[in-house]
Amino acid sequence: MDEVLEASLFIFVLASFLGYAVITRVPGLLHTPLMSLTNALSAISLVGSLILAGAGRGTLATVLGSIAVFAAMTNVVSGFLITDRMLKMFKRREAPKKAEAPTEVVAAR
Amino acid sequence: MRETLISLAYLFAAGCFVMALKWLSHPITARRGVRIGEIGMVVAIAATLVKVEIVEFQWIAIALVLGIALGVPLGLLVPMTAVPQRTALSHAFGALAAGLVGVAEYYLSKPDIDTTTMVALGLEVVLGFLTFTGSLIAAGKLQGLVRDRPWIYTGQNLVNLGILVSALVLVGFVVVDPSRTFLFPFIIGISLLYGVMLVIRIGGADMPTVISLLNSFAGLSASMMGFVLDNKLLIIAGALDGSSGLILSIIMCKAMNRSFANVLFGGFGAEDTTGGAIESRPVRSVDPEETAFLLDTARSVVVVPGYGMAAAQAQHKVRDLTDVLRKRGLDVKFAIHPVAGRMPGHMNVLLAEANVPYEDLYDLDAINPELPQTDMVLVVGANDVVNPAARTDQASPIYGMPILDVDQAASVIVVKRSMRSGFAGVDNELFYLDKTQMLFGDAKAVIGGVIDELSKLPSREVAGV
Repeated sequence: MDEVLEASLFIFVLASFLGYAVITRVPGLLHTPLMSLTNALSAISLVGSLILAGAGRGTLATVLGSIAVFAAMTNVVSGFLITDRMLKMFKRREAPKKAEAPTEVVAAR
Repeated sequence: MRETLISLAYLFAAGCFVMALKWLSHPITARRGVRIGEIGMVVAIAATLVKVEIVEFQWIAIALVLGIALGVPLGLLVPMTAVPQRTALSHAFGALAAGLVGVAEYYLSKPDIDTTTMVALGLEVVLGFLTFTGSLIAAGKLQGLVRDRPWIYTGQNLVNLGILVSALVLVGFVVVDPSRTFLFPFIIGISLLYGVMLVIRIGGADMPTVISLLNSFAGLSASMMGFVLDNKLLIIAGALDGSSGLILSIIMCKAMNRSFANVLFGGFGAEDTTGGAIESRPVRSVDPEETAFLLDTARSVVVVPGYGMAAAQAQHKVRDLTDVLRKRGLDVKFAIHPVAGRMPGHMNVLLAEANVPYEDLYDLDAINPELPQTDMVLVVGANDVVNPAARTDQASPIYGMPILDVDQAASVIVVKRSMRSGFAGVDNELFYLDKTQMLFGDAKAVIGGVIDELSKLPSREVAGV
């Protein structure tokens, strides 16, 4: 087995275990944002697409590469935006001050 | 020198991605995770653009602008109820990018491709294209463009297996001799076909598992691209995505007490039992006024949301109801089953959108011990996840599935459109219990009605309850 492949395999296996360790700590509460965030992160395939599209390797490479850049970039932008939009909505219970106000309304009736 | 700096930038980006996922372990730090992920992504893109290989920029620029033009509305305008289909669509896009890069890489490098690269390339293309069509079908089902019920025929498993094996055999032929160019279009075509065949047989309630699995495939495909291009950042990010998808699919399978094989090949919920299921067993039905009355006599209420709540867009009304109940002094909690809805965490996001604080959302293990002491459970559009047959009836297809034990509570109100059976096609004993009342109708409308009726009742202090 050549050294490049060996290094790549090591990285792949270790990254998978690291992913396992980190992701099992994500609570069920956040599983939807988790999926949209990992989606945005895996759109790093944009890197490969850019190299293909821009290297001047002929029409096939430019056309397929550009479509890939478009698809990956869509995921980068929409993935990060929607993840943040979702996470913004996860709020803790408001401070007790706010909770008192409704009780007064009930009492006033 | 330049290459070294680019490699270091990639290393930095990989570190950012790991931190992004680490900070996602708590809602308080989660948004920081998004920021660091974005930083890593920008650094990686910038580093790539200064690579010496990249000499043409006009097409890249156009593609990037178009990607932003589509990405912004997909990220900002898609309603929360449509998040499952958006997610499926983004799996399709990611997988398409990986597949196309693989195809171009093959045609540019053939026939001088060494065996290991060719294996990775073959897997990249097969996984990429099957995930592309599979995710499109999944998105179509979730959006209601494709029939939601599984499409099943005799010998389907054999046909599907045959398709997959033939794709892999063809990859094998090309690996042995990369100059067999004529085989490559068949690999692409068969992979595209397999994605369709795999997902058309999956029903709506199995979508959480299937979306997770497609997520995993898309990640693995990106990782394989890293092997082909010898790009470590791609390998790492793809592996993180792959393991995330795999973990989620395992969690989903466990939450249904089913195996991967059973989800993918079982054809669960295929039999549409609506015709035969209309039977004459009596149920107790209530109207919103009676429901308001019953709720007002309770001290503790647990709300169990299901896909029906999402379908009716009733999450805001449900939140309004819980506000009213709290004002009247009731203790209100939400119980979330892991497979409620159409993707992992679907209910949590919808309720968060409706401003329900996340401390009020309880998972299966946290809420089940409390249910026997609960006065009333309000089931909103959930069915199989509260079916006691999963505990008691060994013959039931959902036997062994961990459920919310709402039948242990003092009384239950089920908000439901009709007596139609749930996704699993099984009758729900819960509906026929003495303690259960059925509140028929559209969840949004009837819960609005309950709120109106509650406002007509005298406040509890005055009534001296």
